[in-house]
Amino acid sequence: MASIQELQNIASQVRRDIVRMVHAVQSGHPGGSLGCADFLTALYFNKLRIKLPFSMDGTGEDLFFLSNGHISPVYYSVLARAGYFEISELATFRKINSRLQGHPTTHEHLPGVRIASGSLGQGLSVAIGAALAKKLNGDQHFVFSLHGDGELQEGQIWEAVMHAAHHKVDNLIATIDWNGQQIDGPTEEVMSLGNLAEKFKAFGWHVMEMEGNDMSAVVSGLDTATQAAGQGKPVCVLMKTGMGKGVDFMEGSHEWHGIAPNDAQLESALAQLEETLGDY
Amino acid sequence: MKCADITLLNEKETRAGFGEGVFEAGQENPNVVVLTADLAGSLKLGPFIKAFPERFIQCGIAEANMMGIAAGLTIGGKIPYTTTFANFSTGRVYDQIRQSIAYSDKNVKICASHAGLTLGEDGATHQILEDIGLMKMLPGMTVIVPCDFNQTKAATKAIASYEGPVYLRFGRPKWANFTKEDGSDFQIGKAQKLSDGKDVSIFACGHLVWKAVEAGKILEEKGYSVELINIHTIKPLDKDAVIASIQKTGCAVTAEEHNILGGLGDSIAQVAATNHPIPIEYIGTKDTFGESGKPVDLLKKYGLDTPDIVAAAEKAIARKKG
Repeated sequence: MASIQELQNIASQVRRDIVRMVHAVQSGHPGGSLGCADFLTALYFNKLRIKLPFSMDGTGEDLFFLSNGHISPVYYSVLARAGYFEISELATFRKINSRLQGHPTTHEHLPGVRIASGSLGQGLSVAIGAALAKKLNGDQHFVFSLHGDGELQEGQIWEAVMHAAHHKVDNLIATIDWNGQQIDGPTEEVMSLGNLAEKFKAFGWHVMEMEGNDMSAVVSGLDTATQAAGQGKPVCVLMKTGMGKGVDFMEGSHEWHGIAPNDAQLESALAQLEETLGDY
Repeated sequence: MKCADITLLNEKETRAGFGEGVFEAGQENPNVVVLTADLAGSLKLGPFIKAFPERFIQCGIAEANMMGIAAGLTIGGKIPYTTTFANFSTGRVYDQIRQSIAYSDKNVKICASHAGLTLGEDGATHQILEDIGLMKMLPGMTVIVPCDFNQTKAATKAIASYEGPVYLRFGRPKWANFTKEDGSDFQIGKAQKLSDGKDVSIFACGHLVWKAVEAGKILEEKGYSVELINIHTIKPLDKDAVIASIQKTGCAVTAEEHNILGGLGDSIAQVAATNHPIPIEYIGTKDTFGESGKPVDLLKKYGLDTPDIVAAAEKAIARKKG
């Protein structure tokens, strides 16, 4: 069990990895990646019961599915830092002949990834399938998933939300990155999400809210989520985050959804993020 | 081996062959799981559901979600069979299949009934004629179009132990059933030669294989020597069998219940063009949608009937000589 300070140190390094990876190839999605750095750090270093080396089958361990695949920088950094592959491989992000594709894929056999994502709205269905397989196999472990809030505009998400409640998929914990931003602007301007908590409740889910950029809140929130599991309802965690969290000039704006910092901006960003574990 | 020697056993729906096959696959393999999008009855899932209720997942009318759930079930070792009509198995869910199944290398069996014009009265909204093309274009996807009840049953069982994503296409109406009852004449990826001949090769799949048998009998009566090959596996294509046949006959007819753009005919033509160019005539829908009507009337109207295959063969033979 990692301490809050240890987790914060890891998250700081993960944020450095994110901005360096995106800067190196001048492409990628830093905003959502930075916002979810605390969540994925807490998940992989404090919550998930995982087995290494990686096996696709995933029997006897907790599983995580990233549905909003564009935040691949944070996913790759956390997977590497958690021991799935060498951190030096982060330098290959988005380059030719790399296992670290722009959006995550199983096709290049990167350890830690069990499904391709990028085309939005598909990951919740996949997570439900994996959770149902666990039930069929008598496997008591959990399935976690992460989704963007803008991603909830995809219709398939609501097909899946309906299915999970109907079939009582209560070993599933789906977290929504509730940062209120998407490429074209604030979600409330692009396509209002309405009252998300009431919507998930109306579909029959157990719903909780969590501060996603407060490490203590994330750690305790994930514990609360797993305690709520196994009671006949899938669990939805509405996680409030700030897009671009941790780099002051990127925070809170959709402008940094999918653009890379220049050299000066990289320098400014890295000055705000302590190198705790050593850069890749 | 002549078309004249091929005898009809009975008439049965290919989808009923699927229903029997998936029940037996479930008996043989405890990892077989069946999903449907509110079409359990149409896909003849009754025996499977009764025997293995815990391995049946009703998804409601939500095909995109069904495809994703199937992909997820493979993580944990399940062998999911998704079941709905061919249109909703492909066109409606193309991106889900592309990303979550094909690109993700998932061992999902996409089982599609009511394909093609022979769906009949429901009309063009349901008569998909583009699905073979859509599926064969996906890297890593195996595409199987069995010709009758017995073969559909055999294919349904065979795909359980065949690793990788599969598209299995079959149909709605009662149709001529003539392949071996035990399915021993079916092997994934291996073309099935139904008659030996030297004047023309006929490559057919699905319901049109029996139409090609009927055409072959007529052509034989006219004095032609016909080589009829059932291409039940369109991808991976048995190229060796295709090349060997066209080298011998020098011309070909392709026959499918599908648009001639992107289907079996295109696959055969590509093998011919790159290995042994020959005249080819295509039987299939000509870049058009279907319409409501009786299956036999639709096949006639759209040029997919027995006399059309006969005429196409004679034209191919004439082009070869010309």
